[in-house]
Amino acid sequence: MRVALFIPCYVDQFYPQVGIASLQLLQKLGVTAHFPAQQTCCGQPLANSGCERDALPIYRHFVDTFQRYDYVVAPSGSCVYHVRKHFDKLEQTPEVEKVRASTYDLIDFITGVLGVTELPGHFPHKVGLHLSCHGQRGLHQANESEITPIRDGQLRRLLSSLDGIELTELDRNDECCGFGGTFCVSEAAISARMGQDRVQDHLRNGTTVLTGGDMSCLMHLQGIVRRQQLPLQVLHAVEILNGVSC
Amino acid sequence: MSHSLRAATFVADAERTTWHDETLWFVRQKRDKAVYAVPEFQELRELASQIKEHTLSRLDEYLKQFEAEAQLNGVHVHWATDAAEHNALVLDIIRQHGATRIVKSKSMLTEECHLNPHLLAHGIEVIDTDLGERIIQLREEAPSHLVLPAIHLKKEDVSDTFHLHLGTEKGNHDPQQLTEAARQHLRAKFLAGEVAISGVNFAVAETGGVVICTNEGNADLGVNLAKVHIACMGIEKLIPRLSDLGVFTRLLARSATGQPVTTYTSHYTKPAEGREMHIVIVDNGRTQQLGRPDFRASLKCIRCGACMNTCPVYRRSGGHSYDFTVPGPIGAILSPNIDMKKHSSLPFASTLCGSCTDVCPVKIDIHTQLYKWRQVLAEAGEIPTAKKWSMKFTGRLLASPTAFGMGGRLARTGLRLLPHGLTHATTVNAWAVARELPEPPKQSFREWYQETVKL
Repeated sequence: MRVALFIPCYVDQFYPQVGIASLQLLQKLGVTAHFPAQQTCCGQPLANSGCERDALPIYRHFVDTFQRYDYVVAPSGSCVYHVRKHFDKLEQTPEVEKVRASTYDLIDFITGVLGVTELPGHFPHKVGLHLSCHGQRGLHQANESEITPIRDGQLRRLLSSLDGIELTELDRNDECCGFGGTFCVSEAAISARMGQDRVQDHLRNGTTVLTGGDMSCLMHLQGIVRRQQLPLQVLHAVEILNGVSC
Repeated sequence: MSHSLRAATFVADAERTTWHDETLWFVRQKRDKAVYAVPEFQELRELASQIKEHTLSRLDEYLKQFEAEAQLNGVHVHWATDAAEHNALVLDIIRQHGATRIVKSKSMLTEECHLNPHLLAHGIEVIDTDLGERIIQLREEAPSHLVLPAIHLKKEDVSDTFHLHLGTEKGNHDPQQLTEAARQHLRAKFLAGEVAISGVNFAVAETGGVVICTNEGNADLGVNLAKVHIACMGIEKLIPRLSDLGVFTRLLARSATGQPVTTYTSHYTKPAEGREMHIVIVDNGRTQQLGRPDFRASLKCIRCGACMNTCPVYRRSGGHSYDFTVPGPIGAILSPNIDMKKHSSLPFASTLCGSCTDVCPVKIDIHTQLYKWRQVLAEAGEIPTAKKWSMKFTGRLLASPTAFGMGGRLARTGLRLLPHGLTHATTVNAWAVARELPEPPKQSFREWYQETVKL
């Protein structure tokens, strides 16, 4: 099984520890992932801004980079969703179809492909889970409150398997954090307010470690936490699953 | 003015924003409870979606069938291409009866066509009889929500308005007393109404009848007291059969307010003895939308407002920030069809979180359409120039691994070396209005990988 690791552009530049944890966790699960050096980005920032046409060379570059692998794994539901849903703009050659179908979010890969449903480890903290909307509603990684009152999902289950962990029950379990790509600057006032409300929901309900499967939402929430100097630590879920201690 | 500017003004009042957000979230929660209690709710959504898709695919046939059946019932049917034609037709009917006092029950179509100012300009008094609509009519405001038109107002605001216009006690904002004052005021207007205008929730092709759903019963009171009833509807209100109606009435009120059904579901099929009934069928841009394959599904909308109640942006920016008759996510996909330039910022007033799509009772892919409108708008040159060029530049950068690696290193070094006041200046960096930038690491992941894994 040839597995490539796709590290989203901003994770590569600002959160290398998330890439390292992804690589190490996969290694522990018996998968040696390869990081093709020519990779860049999935093109989503452009496409969500309406500039899908300018993103096409990035899409092609993505397909060229990853077409030789059986699986492409990324610690980001949002990028994966973009590849799966919006690479329909490319001519659907066998290579494009293969890459779209074999690109997985890391958590989905661990639970769905590797069949791992619990992990060893100890994390004695009250953890608040923030799933990205693209992960949750786009890739169906968790139940949606619009459909059912039952709160369940792959990442929630994986985290629950750690010793000593307690998951926060939020007032609004799956409300968007307000990051939204370029929305975070083009609608900065609303984006900020949404993020502040999300953070307050976590604080109100006792979260001490805020986590999720997408660093983009977490970057936005962390930015608010640091600006307001709030007692919350922000970690990507793969860091916790890989055994970070804090 | 863009949505973001109007939204920033709204959200600047933090306390009021909290109140607005929580009020609408409460409605969303009521909707959730009602939805969870119906095990077949998701099947109903699918069924409703398919009925609407089918109807839209044969809209011409169903419209002709509806017209023929309505005429057999003794109803006068009129066709209007646009708002101006609609308004002229309605005025003409009113004049034929020499009427000057009109009572109107809730109709988003007449809001869309700006019927009220047209009638007022021609010396006709028109009174909105839905409580929320009456409040905003007195204040000369537009509705800020599809089913809760005055949801942007607090009871204190209503008290001030009623004191000014209806002479209620100043500072008395007891909801019951305010409602009673409105009731007495409206009762007199109902009794004096010569022509009643209503909207239409559903038009049944098979029977030629129209169905109106209200909670206040104001449509019934207006229509039954007046000699003439004019029902105004968009061409997309059709459903094929009466037996299809139950699917929609089960979905509509649950999605809108969490009620199992609206208090009144009134069927108007034929005029009573000595009375007249007119139906005005309006296009006003709808066939154009029907001709857009990516956006035609927006015409399935049954105007429940669920996408507004769930939208985290709408709840914090208010309905008026959209500056369109239909606000919120559904308004953001309907409005560019009407005026692409004026409403160009609306499809960007979303994080594309997709909650709107998941609550939509007729399964409109709202967030996908928002994404697609963005592409159309950018292609048409309707996005800010700075954004356009920065995206072109980013596109080049991200298509080249070398440029990307170098650019990233430069940005990280810049962030580390430049003073905080400069990197976080809100004049150039909107991120910094409320957020710190991430602390740049010395090494990117790719640099670490090359050094450590050395493949």
